[in-house]
Amino acid sequence: MGDLVKYLGDAGTRGLILDMLLEHIYLSLLPLVISVVLAVALGWVCHRFGWFRGALLGAANIVYTVPSLALFAIIPAVIGTQVLDINNVVIALTVYTTALLTRPVSDALDAVPVQITAAATAMGFRPLRRFLTVELPLAVPVLFAGLRVGSVSNISLVSVGALIGTGGLGVLFTDGFRSRYLAPIIVGIVLTLLLALVVDGLLVALRQWLTPWNHIRGVKS
Amino acid sequence: MIEFRAVTKRFDDGTIAVNNLDLVVEAGTITVFVGPSGCGKTTSLRMVNRMIDPSSGTILVDGKDILSVDPPMLRRGIGYVIQQAGLFPHRTVLDNVATVPLLSGWSRSKARGRAAELLELVGLPAELGKRYPVQLSGGQQQRVGVARALAADPPVLLMDEPFSAVDPVVREGLQDELLRLQAELDKTIVFVTHDIDEAVRIGEKVAVFREGGILAQYDRPAELLARPADDFVAHFVGKDRGYRSLSFVDASGVEVGAVPLVQVSEAVEPSGEWRLAVDDRRHPRGWLAPGTTVDGPLVEDVLKPGGSLFEVGQSIRGALDAALSSPSGLGVAVDAEGAVVGAVTATQVLAVIEGLRESRG
Ligand SMILES: Nc1ncnc2c1ncn2[C@@H]1O[C@H](COP(=O)(O)OP(=O)(O)O)[C@@H](O)[C@H]1O
Ligand SMILES: [Mg+2]
Repeated sequence: MGDLVKYLGDAGTRGLILDMLLEHIYLSLLPLVISVVLAVALGWVCHRFGWFRGALLGAANIVYTVPSLALFAIIPAVIGTQVLDINNVVIALTVYTTALLTRPVSDALDAVPVQITAAATAMGFRPLRRFLTVELPLAVPVLFAGLRVGSVSNISLVSVGALIGTGGLGVLFTDGFRSRYLAPIIVGIVLTLLLALVVDGLLVALRQWLTPWNHIRGVKS
Repeated sequence: MIEFRAVTKRFDDGTIAVNNLDLVVEAGTITVFVGPSGCGKTTSLRMVNRMIDPSSGTILVDGKDILSVDPPMLRRGIGYVIQQAGLFPHRTVLDNVATVPLLSGWSRSKARGRAAELLELVGLPAELGKRYPVQLSGGQQQRVGVARALAADPPVLLMDEPFSAVDPVVREGLQDELLRLQAELDKTIVFVTHDIDEAVRIGEKVAVFREGGILAQYDRPAELLARPADDFVAHFVGKDRGYRSLSFVDASGVEVGAVPLVQVSEAVEPSGEWRLAVDDRRHPRGWLAPGTTVDGPLVEDVLKPGGSLFEVGQSIRGALDAALSSPSGLGVAVDAEGAVVGAVTATQVLAVIEGLRESRG
């Protein structure tokens, strides 16, 4: 405990930790945002073209089985970035999260009742508008269930990135292990957990705000 | 006006859903497509707003070949109501109703204003506008479905079994409501149902379809019941079609006779005949059987429940049913306020029916 106080007592250290925290947020949430867009597009393709679905979802499963450390290492070779480029982490996590979200998005779109999409078409919606204003909003609850898993998983995976030298709170773990000093490790764990909780809370709040219709129960009169 | 000219729909699997349909739906009428399940009613309907395109033949709406119109634009001018209403669960009732005006580029506030008018038109309280569809009963959802279809004031309305999923009492209310609306709005309505009673109740013209998507008969309901074109139609319109066809004969020829009355809560003399008990507004309360002794003021417990009532000016079917269902054999006639006017016997009604048949030759 005394160690911890001493460790955090240094303003320079606190400044460094804050930078790491911000970097951690950036590295874990940017992929989340990008992959929502990608997964919605790919989920739509799976929903729309049945034959594509098997291939794409199969590929997504395979991607998901590749260990994260291996992916961080492979990406520079594949796209020619520097080994220590933090974009490697962003890209790797985008790939994971997209693989995670595509199936639920596609399933959620499949689950929109046909009479609702048919009614929309019959009222004169064009396909893109129908997708954005009818089908996608109805898939939001499922999308957010996936996002909550994805955000927690990204926040923990960013720490792994520290092993190949990218930033984030994971640096506290590598530093702590190297110098056999417990304080940074504890700070790292606590901040990672707090971050995951806060992001999850924000996602839940955002979902509630986007889907007021989903929380009222039918009061048949 | 909607015109089907030699319209055939063959699906990819070879099913012929509609077979060489020639039919004209007149402007400003309710035309009902009726027939057993799978006979091509929905397919015929959906070809009108191009949810399905015909394999051959032509469909004209107000003289214009619909294949020449961009489907989304065509559809914004054609209201569409389906079973279960198909409301958007993520939009409030008001926004559901405002859908087509918004699609057509109205401002949000103008579209919502129009939607509020429509809720009132279909008889829903304004505060329901803020609710979501799950918070409504089946009947209310169906009304919202109708309001949504009418929002952009389309000249044509397509309705596919809109009332099939609600219970019979609510359904009858919705049918009455539709007839009331139509009297006001004068739309060209195509209404699909598998229920022949619903068809003859609301249709000005009824098209009976048979298996294979063939039009078996297209006629006024009274004609359909009186002169079915063939055995299929005769069978489809049902066993008691003779009785049901009386719905289209008005009862003005039946002379309403006097009926002995007694007053509830007052003393009653003994008598050997059936007497009708009424309250102080002359509303019927039940029958007092011959020879019933009443001590003191007449109480309702001693009365036999009455039969159905018929309102003067309604169909002869109501008059006959009133007579047949009454314990005294006297069918009670009431005025629009429900006050007793008199009574008729089944014999009287039948004599009028016979007379009409003879005069028709
Ligand atoms: N998309 C489709 N593909 C193949 N057959 C269809 C399709 N839609 C309807 N059918 C067939 O066409 C016939 C008419 O269907 P439908 O118009 O829905 O009948 P109804 O509304 O009178 O019950 C049925 O035999 C049905 O199975
Ligand atoms: Mg049908």
